[in-house]
Amino acid sequence: MIKIKNLTKKFGEKPVVKDVSVHIQKGKITSFIGPNGAGKSTLLSAVSRLIKHDIGEIFIEDKEIKKWKNNDLSKKIAILRQSNFLNVRLTVRELISFGRFPYSQGRLTEEDWQHVEEAIEFMDLHDLQDSFLDELSGGQRQRAFIAMVIAQDTEYILLDEPLNNLDMKHAVQIMKILRRLVDELGKTVIIVLHDINFASFYSDYIVALKDGKIIKQGPTDEIIDQVNLKEIYDMDIPIRTIDQCKVCVYFA
Amino acid sequence: MRSRTKLIILFVIALILIGLFLLTDLSFNWDYVLPRRTMKILAIILTGCAIAFSTVVFQTITNNRILTPSIIGLDSLYLLIQTFIIFAFGSAHMTLMNQHVNFIISVILMVIFALLLYHFLFKREGQNIYFLLLIGIIFGTFFNSLAEFMQVLIDPNEFQVVQDRMFASFNNVNTDLFNISLILMVLAALYFLRFAKYLDVMALGKDHAINLGVNYDSVVKQMLVVVAIMISVATVLVGPITFLGLLVANVAYQFLKTYRHRDLILGAMLISVIALVGGQFIVERVFTFTTTISVIINFIGGVYFIYLLLRESRA
Repeated sequence: MIKIKNLTKKFGEKPVVKDVSVHIQKGKITSFIGPNGAGKSTLLSAVSRLIKHDIGEIFIEDKEIKKWKNNDLSKKIAILRQSNFLNVRLTVRELISFGRFPYSQGRLTEEDWQHVEEAIEFMDLHDLQDSFLDELSGGQRQRAFIAMVIAQDTEYILLDEPLNNLDMKHAVQIMKILRRLVDELGKTVIIVLHDINFASFYSDYIVALKDGKIIKQGPTDEIIDQVNLKEIYDMDIPIRTIDQCKVCVYFA
Repeated sequence: MRSRTKLIILFVIALILIGLFLLTDLSFNWDYVLPRRTMKILAIILTGCAIAFSTVVFQTITNNRILTPSIIGLDSLYLLIQTFIIFAFGSAHMTLMNQHVNFIISVILMVIFALLLYHFLFKREGQNIYFLLLIGIIFGTFFNSLAEFMQVLIDPNEFQVVQDRMFASFNNVNTDLFNISLILMVLAALYFLRFAKYLDVMALGKDHAINLGVNYDSVVKQMLVVVAIMISVATVLVGPITFLGLLVANVAYQFLKTYRHRDLILGAMLISVIALVGGQFIVERVFTFTTTISVIINFIGGVYFIYLLLRESRA
């Protein structure tokens, strides 16, 4: 379980995350939603130790994040940021093999390659595994990066807007994969999402941020509600139920 | 072609060039010529490897393939130190002054400067490597202007001594200094070895490196220290030759087409030795010392880069 206690992060003088406390449950997809600049990505970066927080504590499995050894933590928690521009030219397979670095420090064993194969299999990248990343489309590249995170074989997988710049088909494909990660492999996924309908359809739990604070959190069904959404986004968003799924009609 | 084959080819070319350099035009007094040539070759290999190594490492840390360590102003600082000594004490004093003292003072000052720069900048959170580079460029320009100011004021004869130091030269390498340099560099390289495994991961960028368990800030800082020591020692031993790094590192990336730093660093070192030995050979035997090695390498390097640009733009 990940516990965040009274977390504050400032950039210069400006607090971006203010006194946030939240528990992330194991074996679920938790979505962070909220308007631009709400502090979602900053919160995710702090939990994954990409940035240092100023005040507060983050417990990962009852151990404060600063007490974890970097290498041990990288076997527990994996993060994928929005922009994944690489300066090196790698094939898909090479990229995925980097996911095994925490275990093998670059000298991959038989077992490591086994994990790489499984990740390739899971993400259906068999035909692409020897292609170079810069030859792939956005959706394929995103799948390759997620495969690397899967090869890292961590309990927690954190993704910062993984659907950015993806078309509907690929976005749905990625979300289904995340669902499978949770349902089949028992992972815990934390994800920053902009499209609330993806949050509504695929997540178990929603944390809504606004101006650096958590203003709502709860099971998906409770949060997707016209009153709540009004509070989060300052918009009147009608909700329709189609096949027992709540769809937010925010276009008008 | 696999990386190993390519490395072997480079190694053979380097050996042939070294052989050519050592053994052609020997005439009769080989017992006088050979030890001098050997010393020169050793100096070339040492500095060439140091420059290639530190440039590749520096480019990986900064995640940028057009930077060289000279951008943080070490070359300029070296020139400033040399100019200042002559400005303040005169060239007579400099020749009187023990070469060892000059060597040690220069190396220490350069390393201290680099350390201060890193320390000062890394202490404050959120300052990224680009800020460090920017400060380095400003300091470099500042040192250059200061050195130039002093050069204008000194006696023209004294200026010639300074000018002599402004260009890299393998012609008068001091054996004692070479030994000290060798020891310093081997120590730095040994210290570096335990971080070597992180280089491949760090090439993916800061976020990925942290995600994969690299203690990023601390590793970067220590690698930069190693780079600073190597560059300082090489510069003080033969003069400013960091221009070479940019060329050999990029040729190595192009030629080897791999992401593995073990191969890249080895390749860059071999290419560096080939470029320097080949260049020195041309300078001595073809142009009979009417030009300097910097000119040759910059010329060939420039042509190569234009070729690269044209090829890339067509693709």
